[in-house]
Amino acid sequence: MTDQPRTLSDKVWDRHVVRTAPGEPDLLYVDLHLVHEVTSPQAFESLRLAGRALRRPDLTVATMDHNVPTTGLDRPVADPVSATQMATLARNCEEFGVRLHAMGQPGQGIVHIIGPEQGLTQPGMTIVCGDSHTSTHGALGALAFGIGTTEIEHVLATQTVPQSRPGTMAVSVEGELAAGVTAKDVILAVIGRIGTAGGVGSVVEYRGSAIRSLSVEGRMTVCNMSIEAGARAGMVAPDETTFDYLEGRLHAPKGAAWEAALEDWRTLVTDEGAVFDKEVVLDAAALRPHVSWGTNPGQVVPIDDVVPDPERLPDPGQRDAARRALAYMDLIAGTPMRDVAVDTVFVGSCTNSRIEDLRAAATVLEGRRVAPGMRALVVPGSFRVKAQAETEGLDRIFTEAGFEWRGAGCSMCLAMNPDKLSAGERCASTSNRNFEGRQGKGGRTHLVSPAVAAATAVAGHFATPADLEAVT
Amino acid sequence: MEPRRIVTGTALPLDRSDVDTDQIIPAVWLKRVERTGFGAGLFAAWRDDPGFVLNQPHHRGAKILVAGTNFGTGSSREHAVWALEDYGFEAVVSPRFADIFRSNCTKVGLVPVQVDDLTGATLLQAVAADPTLVVTVDVAARTLSAPAVGIDVGFPLDDFTRHRLLEGLDDIDLTLGHADAIDAYERRRPSWLPTTAPA
Repeated sequence: MTDQPRTLSDKVWDRHVVRTAPGEPDLLYVDLHLVHEVTSPQAFESLRLAGRALRRPDLTVATMDHNVPTTGLDRPVADPVSATQMATLARNCEEFGVRLHAMGQPGQGIVHIIGPEQGLTQPGMTIVCGDSHTSTHGALGALAFGIGTTEIEHVLATQTVPQSRPGTMAVSVEGELAAGVTAKDVILAVIGRIGTAGGVGSVVEYRGSAIRSLSVEGRMTVCNMSIEAGARAGMVAPDETTFDYLEGRLHAPKGAAWEAALEDWRTLVTDEGAVFDKEVVLDAAALRPHVSWGTNPGQVVPIDDVVPDPERLPDPGQRDAARRALAYMDLIAGTPMRDVAVDTVFVGSCTNSRIEDLRAAATVLEGRRVAPGMRALVVPGSFRVKAQAETEGLDRIFTEAGFEWRGAGCSMCLAMNPDKLSAGERCASTSNRNFEGRQGKGGRTHLVSPAVAAATAVAGHFATPADLEAVT
Repeated sequence: MEPRRIVTGTALPLDRSDVDTDQIIPAVWLKRVERTGFGAGLFAAWRDDPGFVLNQPHHRGAKILVAGTNFGTGSSREHAVWALEDYGFEAVVSPRFADIFRSNCTKVGLVPVQVDDLTGATLLQAVAADPTLVVTVDVAARTLSAPAVGIDVGFPLDDFTRHRLLEGLDDIDLTLGHADAIDAYERRRPSWLPTTAPA
């Protein structure tokens, strides 16, 4: 069987099968289990009630991210329910021997930011977390996917997870991206093309010269939103860019182990002649900066376009969804996206809160001010990202431009902490989901890249950095 | 989990596609550390609208939710399944389910009944027209039926999941029965793989 050409995802899958039996899901070994405070308390509680131990605390790591406030970190957490959830994680980690990056500690940050940052995410690994954006880690050639709380308990107890083998899907982006077109625009265009269910049942491998040309952080942005296309996971084959990123990181192999790992990692490519169940090809040169207009991440257009007319959509279900979306978003079909005014800008989330994202936004903001009345906040993905940005002086650029410089966490991506939209507010957000109420009840979310978010903050309506050049 | 064999009762029509788990249970509810009591938060934002289908008294007590396609997208929160179950649903019918939501359903015992587009649309209309229509989901037979409107179709459910639902089996017990295989696997893992111990 191993002589047959195989895809990258099948190779990683095959090497983690603990047990296989006809008619049953494969039992997969989990190399790294990431834990956060929201989806784990019920799993730990069940473990406790059943009197079960945690099999591999040394392959498990926890952080606080969803609930953490991004201001006043020296004070007690104001929301008692959030405080209880975070205290529960701390207690569970203490009891079961799990390493925890608690609020206020230097390693704390969004779970999908700190894994790669600390070198825990490596090619060929299986990584799970009770969080759908676990797909982010696939950027380094890991097979990484989100699981539910019952599965979390299963992984805690057994370090394995039963899974049926997914299908394979290739998304190839060939050619060169135009100036100003970023990883975020690539993935928004992909989801716009294949739809929110385009990847259901599949692991997507992103391929092609445009993907190869992205940094590892850019690849993380792409893989992060695989779930928004319905995919089980997203992956990019590891290459020299990946190895350069990893070398010297805290948990990366060192010395002879590094050489042994490299030799293995170089085999993690889809073999010549391997066949994917599905294939999609996009022309990189044709891509433009994208903006979402609706209430699911498939409802996107290039920023040069207008708000689409639901009545022109071919499918009745899509038509109905688009009508509902426009009503919720308070948009009129035919309006140029650049004419849509926003009052809030959020730069952050596991999609776009790494150092390169902050640099991209800061480059646009240098020497500029946000539009009058604009509320703009930047929330670094981790305290290490925050420290790096401060070393580079990015914090000053942001604050001088009128942005609020915050602590690390998920923040306004899903508004479980105090950072949220009020009803009717409209936000240009670098996050991943534009669902109704996602950033606060009644709030309206438009997904954009960090560069477009920054330009929009300055212009007061959707804009690209190039638009700002044109008017100055 | 409790065994789930036959679900029979009335159904509630939710004629919307791409219903994401943020709608099923908004994030503010996720701060709770308990596993029960999420029914009150089911579709919390939409329930503010008095015209929303969950607020219609003639659909009260429904055991089966009939939704549009691509149900349960987005976040992996199992709380979405807990909320549906806590509210009283025992099965959900849709032409397509998001992968993680579907998996979470089978772990908790909420039956995901995937049907073709036409059956889904027909059932939505029939249930909306007659809230007393009796619908039956038979896990053993893997069938969905509503005899009064001529619906009698099969739905996909692999043998293993069907067996687990029928018997109410716990995956962890099953896996711990293969502890030897896990031990053996661990012995052959490459030594360079990372641990989370302080480096």
